[in-house]
Amino acid sequence: MHKKTIAQLSAGLAAGEFSSEALTRAFLERVERFNPQLNAFITLTAESALIQARAADERRRQGAAGPLTGVPIVHKDIFCTQGVRTSCGSRILDRFIAPYNATVVEKFNAAGAVMLGKTNMDEFAMGSSNETSFYGPVRNPWDLDAVPGGSSGGSAAAVAARLTPGATGTDTGGSIRQPAALCGITGIKPTYGRVSRWGMIAYASSLDQGGPMARTAEDCALLLAAMAGFDPRDSTCVDRPVPDYAALLDQPLTGLKVGLPKEYFGEGLDSAVAQVVEEAIAEYRRLGAEIVEISLPNSHLAIPAYYVVAPAECSSNLARIDGVRYGHRCENPKDLQDLYTRSRAEGFGAEVQRRILVGTFALSAGYYDAYYLKAQQIRRLISDDFRRAFDQVDVIMGPTSPTVAFNLGEKVDDPITMYLSDIYTIAVNLAGLPGLSLPVGFVGQRPVGLQLIGNYFAEDRLLNVAHRYQQVTDWHSRAPAAFA
Amino acid sequence: MSLGIAEVAKIAHLARLAIRKEDAPAYAHNLSAILELVEQMNAVDTTGVTPMAHPLDMAQRLRMDVVSEANQRELFQAIAPRVEAGLYLVPKVIE
Amino acid sequence: MMEWETVIGLEIHAQLATKSKIFSGAAIAYGAEPNTQACAIDLGMPGVLPVLNQDAVRMAAMLGLAIGAQVAHRSVFARKNYFYPDLPKGYQISQYELPVVQGGHLTVDLEDGSSKVIGITRAHLEEDAGKSLHEDFQGLSGIDLNRAGTPLLEIVSEPEMRSAKEAVAYMKKLHQLVVYLGICDGNMQEGSFRCDANVSVRRKGAPQFGTRAEIKNLNSFRFVERAIDFEVERQIDLIESGHKVVQETRLYDPDKGETRSMRSKEEANDYRYFPDPDLLPLIVDEAFIEAARAALPELPDAKKQRFAEQYGLSGYDAGVLTVSRELAAFYETVVASLGSEPKLCANWVMGDFSAFLNKENREIADSPVNAEQLAGLLRRIQDRTISGKLAKDVFEAMWAGEGDADTVIEKRGLRQITDTSAIEKVIDDVMAASPDQLAQYRAGKDKLFGFFVGQVMKLSKGKANPQQVNDLLMEKLKG
Repeated sequence: MHKKTIAQLSAGLAAGEFSSEALTRAFLERVERFNPQLNAFITLTAESALIQARAADERRRQGAAGPLTGVPIVHKDIFCTQGVRTSCGSRILDRFIAPYNATVVEKFNAAGAVMLGKTNMDEFAMGSSNETSFYGPVRNPWDLDAVPGGSSGGSAAAVAARLTPGATGTDTGGSIRQPAALCGITGIKPTYGRVSRWGMIAYASSLDQGGPMARTAEDCALLLAAMAGFDPRDSTCVDRPVPDYAALLDQPLTGLKVGLPKEYFGEGLDSAVAQVVEEAIAEYRRLGAEIVEISLPNSHLAIPAYYVVAPAECSSNLARIDGVRYGHRCENPKDLQDLYTRSRAEGFGAEVQRRILVGTFALSAGYYDAYYLKAQQIRRLISDDFRRAFDQVDVIMGPTSPTVAFNLGEKVDDPITMYLSDIYTIAVNLAGLPGLSLPVGFVGQRPVGLQLIGNYFAEDRLLNVAHRYQQVTDWHSRAPAAFA
Repeated sequence: MSLGIAEVAKIAHLARLAIRKEDAPAYAHNLSAILELVEQMNAVDTTGVTPMAHPLDMAQRLRMDVVSEANQRELFQAIAPRVEAGLYLVPKVIE
Repeated sequence: MMEWETVIGLEIHAQLATKSKIFSGAAIAYGAEPNTQACAIDLGMPGVLPVLNQDAVRMAAMLGLAIGAQVAHRSVFARKNYFYPDLPKGYQISQYELPVVQGGHLTVDLEDGSSKVIGITRAHLEEDAGKSLHEDFQGLSGIDLNRAGTPLLEIVSEPEMRSAKEAVAYMKKLHQLVVYLGICDGNMQEGSFRCDANVSVRRKGAPQFGTRAEIKNLNSFRFVERAIDFEVERQIDLIESGHKVVQETRLYDPDKGETRSMRSKEEANDYRYFPDPDLLPLIVDEAFIEAARAALPELPDAKKQRFAEQYGLSGYDAGVLTVSRELAAFYETVVASLGSEPKLCANWVMGDFSAFLNKENREIADSPVNAEQLAGLLRRIQDRTISGKLAKDVFEAMWAGEGDADTVIEKRGLRQITDTSAIEKVIDDVMAASPDQLAQYRAGKDKLFGFFVGQVMKLSKGKANPQQVNDLLMEKLKG
């Protein structure tokens, strides 16, 4: 059963081929068996999963089942789950039992999906390799020496290893797309405002966006349909109807105008990765797409601007975790300042502290204009680049990541090199656009992802473009041998 | 811009992070490297460019003035490090 | 002896009279059990988001319109970052560069009868913090976050006040206005209307302002006056003895009547303001402003002017009667019910009625005598059923719950005697009982007239109509 996609499982459940309980047990057994090698989970919720599965079966008997009723999924541990630890990969929230559900979690509960557990992640979503997690690194199912990418590395690894058919992730600078690419699965970061951020622990509020991760675009369509939509609790969430993504998957690609930004194929791109990406683009040409070269001239400024905006916002967002009302509190604080500084220094890991410090500096008196305001202006330039590009083309394509998965420990001591692995994904967050990564081949054992960037709210188009490719290729159905 | 140990200490205090003396040089080094990276922005003249604080060009949505939240003190305080008589306790606040 | 000039600017925090908090749906009732009105948003739980209360915006717009300010089409919420246990998120959501209300002014009446226009720089929306309690926890502080997230409108004046009395006059005028507008309950004991004062002194004629101190914790008009007076003396003493005033935050201690430096705030703060990424720009369109304008009540100055013109009242009387909407409405109901003599109504509303309210510290809504009942009493003065003097007794009886004016008059037999023959009968009795005085009067001792009036009134138990008594006595004493 673990080989089936969500669409297939949904059909199987509907046809009564198996119950949700049986399905859930099967996946829980796989998690039990394989997770020790991968460390993809922070918390397993086997007991409540079985309760949800039985409820889903009952709901189906009553004729009230939807496409996701009874389908197992996992949530990135950034989404608050009432009564279940929500750690955000951090020691400081190691004992934080969320007192409420994220809207995304509520929506999946309402759809009747079954939560198997909470997945590992870079601490507070800050990282590109899953090595900043307090719970230890996740390993890439394709090669246990490799990182799975980050920050939604646990979700990506769990999907790739068939420990779950689908997962939620979040993407602030590439945290859905990059691990999807490195683990050989499909993941989409929707337009900013498409998915509610309520209950999704904020890293950088103007960049964060939740989205689905699964093996196929079709599965992502099913998951996104459940996740997306208006939420009165998030005033940045857009009140706009959610299209029937699954129904729009099969549109032909004839006449599709695809732009290849020359800046995404230059220096820094691994040549083997470039070759795989070019083959995928050739496939699109065969599918009827018209390929043109475009320019996003300010691309090289995305990482500099991001490493001001994101740290600035995170320095403020994480100030609430102060050891007063929840979270880690140091032993025997001698005074209030000691309580704050020691609880936070003990609770946050090195990368999180680095970003808090950078952000604090960028906002501080005398530096605000040179750093924060400047970054906001660069952000405008980057956004304008995309605006102009979408006057010419329907979809932008390029590599998701400049390399395949690197080795564990390879970049961990060098933050700058690590930051550069998000070079193609970050601009999309700055502009608030939707982006998708799909598997298009391998370099050696390690998967390569193709990134699709769409115009605002063009998730349907991205899913369609990815789906048509997956109809004529089988990269998405390859499984890592050890987890087949 | 290169940050020294004293500057790191000042920022760390603003951010309420206790940084051990022996870790300060590494932080100074890493933060300086990050600032050097972000200062690539200075290569572009942004005179007259409107800062973009947010990806959505939209107005803020407002809510009706309705009391919608019930008292959940027990639930919230079950995860608190230290409470007494319904209050969160901290070392003495000096005014 | 050098002449000094005081320069004062006030920052007033008015708690807005919404039902729920500014960014959450938690209640804001005063005096609830600790932390029972602090929801996940108010507690700064991970993952929560603020959603702005539209009534808070409407109230801010109403104030803006009432002070002739610009209600900004676009304003921005910013985060003010600092760590404090009563500030759950580690930042306060406020407005910094682009506030919702920009400019404006208030005309204040000074004690000498003159008036002065005080400029208002801005008013912005922000959330209140919680409270730290210091008692009873073995050296620890207890944090109550019920107040966290309560909507505040911070109204910042220009530094245009030149004495503590002017500052108090401004504060009272603003207090009157926000209560009139119904956007603040004005309860100063509960902290719904509080004030920080920026105070500096300079030599008269000096072009620059002196270094200012910010005095916090001023929650009564009296404290504002005392604190400013103390602070001005302190600063003058400092300068005259060759020292300098330091820019700092000072706390007013009402028990000692002095201000003292707040050590905890001495450390230079770097608030790192930046636009709150959880909140898009606040756009207030024409329709919203027009709706707020339509909801404006008649404002105090306009009402005062109308009272003077419509009811022929003095400026002073009109001012007293319009001090609150409730009193003004009460007065107008009395006038409407009586149908005439607005000056008589004014005297009674400002006189006995207000005195009784004050004595018992009651609100108009709790008054045992309503406007119609007061008008009923005045009607009996008007139709000479009772004298003005007896009316005071009747009013006291009405206040005590003995019924309306007619009931009290009947029950106590206070109806005025206007029957000429009855009054003549009393006069005859008095004259018969005082033959000596009568003789003296008739011999030219005119001063004894008063004696006869007194005797007649005494014998009639005060009920004889005084004018008739006068006329009849004059006639009869002639003989």
